[in-house]
Amino acid sequence: MGIQGIGASVARKEDRRFITGAGRYTDDMVVPGMMHAVFVRSPHAHATLGKIDSAEAEDMPGVIAVLTGEQLKADEIGNLICGWAISSKDGAPMNMGEWSPLAVGKVRYVGDAVAVVVAETRAQARDAAEAVMVDYDELPVVVDALEALKEGAPQVHDNAPGNLIFDWEIGEKAATEQALAGAAHVTKMQIRNNRLVPNAMEPRAALAKYDRAEDHFTLWTTSQNPHVARLVLSAFYNVAPENKLRVIAPDVGGGFGSKIYIYPEEIVCLWASKRTGVPVKWVAERTESFLTDAHGRDHLTEVEMGFDANNRIVGLKVDTIANLGAYMSLFSSAVPTYLYATLLSGQYVIPAIHANVRTVYTNTAPVDAYRGAGRPEATYLLERMMETAARELGVSPAELRRMNFIREYPYQTPVIMCYDAGDYEASLDAAMKAADWDGFPARRAEAEARGKLRGIGMSCYIEACGIAPSAAVGALGAGVGLWESAEVRVNAVGTVEVMTGSHSHGQGHETTFAQLVSDRLGLPLDQVNIVHGDTDKVQMGMGTYGSRSGAVGMSAIAKALDKVETKAKKIAAHLLEADEGDIVIEDGHCKVAGTDKQVPWFQVALAAYTAHNLPDGMEPGLKEGAFYDPSNFTFPAGCYICEVEVDPETGKTDVVQFVASDDFGNIINPLIVEGQVHGGLAQGIGQALLEDTAYDASGQLLTASYMDYAMPRAADLPSFNVGTTVTPCPSNPLGIKGCGEAGAIGSPPALINAVTDAIGVRDLTMPASPRRVWEALQAKA
Amino acid sequence: MYETTYHRPASVEEAAALLAANPDAKLLAGGQTLVPTMKQRLAAPSDLVDLRHIAALRGISSEGGRIIIGAATPHAEVAGDATLRAACPGLADLAAHIGDPHVRYMGTLGGSIANNDPAADYPSAMLALGATIHTSKRDIGADDFFTGMFETALDEDEIIIAVSFAPPERAAYAKFPNPASLYAMTGVFVTKGSAGVRVAVTGAGSDGVFRQAEMEAALSADFSPAALDGITVSPEGLLEDLHASAAYRASLIKTMARRAVAAA
Amino acid sequence: MAKLEMTVNGRKVSRVVDDRTLLAHFLREDMQLTGTHVGCDTSQCGACVVHVDGKAVKSCTMLAAQASGAQVTTIEGLSSGADLHPVQRAFNEHHGLQCGFCTTGMIMASVDIIARHGGDLDEATVRAELEGNICRCTGYHNIVKAVLAANAEMHGASQAAE
Repeated sequence: MGIQGIGASVARKEDRRFITGAGRYTDDMVVPGMMHAVFVRSPHAHATLGKIDSAEAEDMPGVIAVLTGEQLKADEIGNLICGWAISSKDGAPMNMGEWSPLAVGKVRYVGDAVAVVVAETRAQARDAAEAVMVDYDELPVVVDALEALKEGAPQVHDNAPGNLIFDWEIGEKAATEQALAGAAHVTKMQIRNNRLVPNAMEPRAALAKYDRAEDHFTLWTTSQNPHVARLVLSAFYNVAPENKLRVIAPDVGGGFGSKIYIYPEEIVCLWASKRTGVPVKWVAERTESFLTDAHGRDHLTEVEMGFDANNRIVGLKVDTIANLGAYMSLFSSAVPTYLYATLLSGQYVIPAIHANVRTVYTNTAPVDAYRGAGRPEATYLLERMMETAARELGVSPAELRRMNFIREYPYQTPVIMCYDAGDYEASLDAAMKAADWDGFPARRAEAEARGKLRGIGMSCYIEACGIAPSAAVGALGAGVGLWESAEVRVNAVGTVEVMTGSHSHGQGHETTFAQLVSDRLGLPLDQVNIVHGDTDKVQMGMGTYGSRSGAVGMSAIAKALDKVETKAKKIAAHLLEADEGDIVIEDGHCKVAGTDKQVPWFQVALAAYTAHNLPDGMEPGLKEGAFYDPSNFTFPAGCYICEVEVDPETGKTDVVQFVASDDFGNIINPLIVEGQVHGGLAQGIGQALLEDTAYDASGQLLTASYMDYAMPRAADLPSFNVGTTVTPCPSNPLGIKGCGEAGAIGSPPALINAVTDAIGVRDLTMPASPRRVWEALQAKA
Repeated sequence: MYETTYHRPASVEEAAALLAANPDAKLLAGGQTLVPTMKQRLAAPSDLVDLRHIAALRGISSEGGRIIIGAATPHAEVAGDATLRAACPGLADLAAHIGDPHVRYMGTLGGSIANNDPAADYPSAMLALGATIHTSKRDIGADDFFTGMFETALDEDEIIIAVSFAPPERAAYAKFPNPASLYAMTGVFVTKGSAGVRVAVTGAGSDGVFRQAEMEAALSADFSPAALDGITVSPEGLLEDLHASAAYRASLIKTMARRAVAAA
Repeated sequence: MAKLEMTVNGRKVSRVVDDRTLLAHFLREDMQLTGTHVGCDTSQCGACVVHVDGKAVKSCTMLAAQASGAQVTTIEGLSSGADLHPVQRAFNEHHGLQCGFCTTGMIMASVDIIARHGGDLDEATVRAELEGNICRCTGYHNIVKAVLAANAEMHGASQAAE
């Protein structure tokens, strides 16, 4: 198709507003009479909440209200919920503790919201928030998941004895133990997946406006899924019925998962705007984001992998403890279970797998999905194991992987997933070629001459995107369906608006989705507008997360386009006095195939709306909607190779080469896909090299700003060498697999495998900070 | 930030009078540390006395064999000054790597040394260069100026006018940045000049910047990286935090010192 | 209260603001120039970078009062109408932005980098010079590419990006 259709590297349509400063983010919104909210937050990680004295604060300049949890309860605002019910292996339901949007009775982590001050200016609200006197009776604190499970540990929630939320398993325990017992070699490791703070550059924000005359709310919020926000705010938090609540997620400055969830602040702003009668805006300061955005990862795992005498994997046994923090965030339960353990077969034939997962409460920020969500944890585990096993077995890490690859599809793993397509060897070969794998020894020798330790590591990842089908995830406990919606509205002049339930917060939907329409209808890109992020404009949709917008969101658009085309062809056939089956749509025309008879697209659209001359019985208009529910997950996969140089004197690691070879199925816009990979790699390399989230024993977050939390900067990263191989996805009409998370999923083990190769150690905990690497070298010496 | 009152004096005298009249006032130089500290409500000066518009505090010159740098000279100007680069490239290089480009346009030498942040770069240079700090009241030698973490010999109402030093024969700075803040996790400034060899360490000491006597002795005998081989830096009295233990900092001191000597 | 007289994007403005008002907030809230963003409170992310008297500074680390008397240029003043500054154009062409939040500060910083280096730029220098700007979306790859491409265009450098 044309230069702007599927497969074209089109520069983004939406960029113009961002590069000129005309993007409109939530904090840019101003409504008349708007006031500012600042939250009073607990400085203690665990305490009984006593008296809240707000008298002084209420008298301060500009302050119109100080509101607390007791008032919120009196107004019957609901507790926050976790929307995915997971049962323990004994059948017991998960132990979900109460999470009030403003704490009642007890605070459970540093940053827990206790009260909110509403004032004329942000500075006044902040001044007054400091004057709210709160009595806390401090309780013992637990921050580490392993400690939390020990007898006598402080109890975070009364209804979760021993701080255990659930004790879940998947796979065949007896068969796995038997396989390991008979294995010729067993590799064992303890692996920690470090806790991360998502750090979208736009801090979370909310602006709530209550219209008394209409008894109607409008919420502007930094959300990845405004419809889900509206549903949850209505159905569970009792803020307002859906028809009385409009949720708008305007330009959103990154999410990476952290803006999926509905947080206390949005609920409180909505409630406070009704209570005070003024629009209320809250914008997080970065430190608030560190304290209260849902964190990611934080697993501790004991793992064993068995091999037969021919180095084929015979079994994998995994025992994971996942720290979910002080409260169960919206999808927290699904991350260390169905998004994690179902990927434990990786790219390999593993006859027997068993995974046990215990989720635990601690006095830390809630943990939920962060870019990759469960799949990075599974990949890190497997790929550290494969690399370590190869070293123990004395075989090439590439060859150990190669001989264990799955090669026939569909492939049913022992852990639910059924892979539909892939070619892992193609990715491996492409990556090794791009990385000049064979030339590594020479590069290592050259580095050694400069006093540097050079190492190489690889990772072969698989992940699952486009979580689906709805009935299947429903059976596994999901509280929502995971389909997507679209509406294609052809205007009377032939231009097109697409209402999508997906949400773009950096992914470039306004371009990619338009490319699909351009491709199908032969229209220039500027005649196609993508509309998203507003519950008043767009039909119910599920939003953007889990690399689903292409595979699921665009499939919905494709389905709606099918219907539009069918109707347009009927109209064109009628106008051209031809057979409907002979009509093709191309180059902005409806044509009778094999003839020179044609009618411009805009005339077909106009005919639909004038309705002067339509086929008998046809309704006027040209607008169709579709809901697409995937038939299976999609399975992006690939191979990453990382090369590092370590300075043995300082322990500093430089990433000197990073190669990514991904199979995302069909690709709409290579420029945007590469950008997604770059960003994912930076976050994965960040996890492996720089980022760590540390609490002290009293539950204070030690890494609560960029002074202490090491964000990847330009000089920390190399330019990336990215490429793709293609096996189209058979499970959706466009053959798309998804690309949003792969980089973050596949890269951490490649980097740690490279660093351990460089410095000659077996175990190294992420991140490979200069201190850790230096200490590992000292311990070795 | 808490409420405050901003003043923009045109002379050092006017600034000194404002300081004297407002006991809770603070001098505002580039503001690259003070403003963030105020934003976090960790400082609450009643008044801010902006020094950026006092011409006498700005500029770099060479007089009587000494280099003089005005206290309100921003890092970017120090980094780019031809006179300084010819006389002491090590100091110009240090200035070129403080913070980031935006900070370097605003941050000043005087602001840095008056704050004496244990992770700041300039204090090590002043100490190693044996610089003199000229204030509104007196001249203070660098050895007497830095008195502890965030502590200096300055009186409450004293204003730094300039610093001066005799250009050394050789000087260089090597730092290892904190991976998060990019401040010096350990930085070492070495000089060799008429006053002998001086080695000053920043970012590592729990009392702020300090001189490393053992290294000075070794380098006085032989100003080469190898001269430091036999020295073991004790971790005692060194900072401990998330990103570096005292032992790691001790090792970094030696490594950075070797690299500074090699570069000098 | 502080009385401000400054030139913002070529227009003279006069305002009275609270002394504690940061330049970033003055621009966003008093001037409605919301292209300048605030992404952290420790002066590290660089989303707030504007030019004050031609130099790229963090507007979250400067009081509005400190900028009185200065010429301030924000992202909104970098180009006008349908025209784009070469750096803006390069960010678009090379996909140097995703969510757009850090982008405005990133572009203002990049313009300053290119001006300061007078055409003499390479990848390592660009990466080092972007020390004060954090992006979470792009992995910097395409930002670096865009800066080098804009530099080549502005200085007619023969070496193209990448």
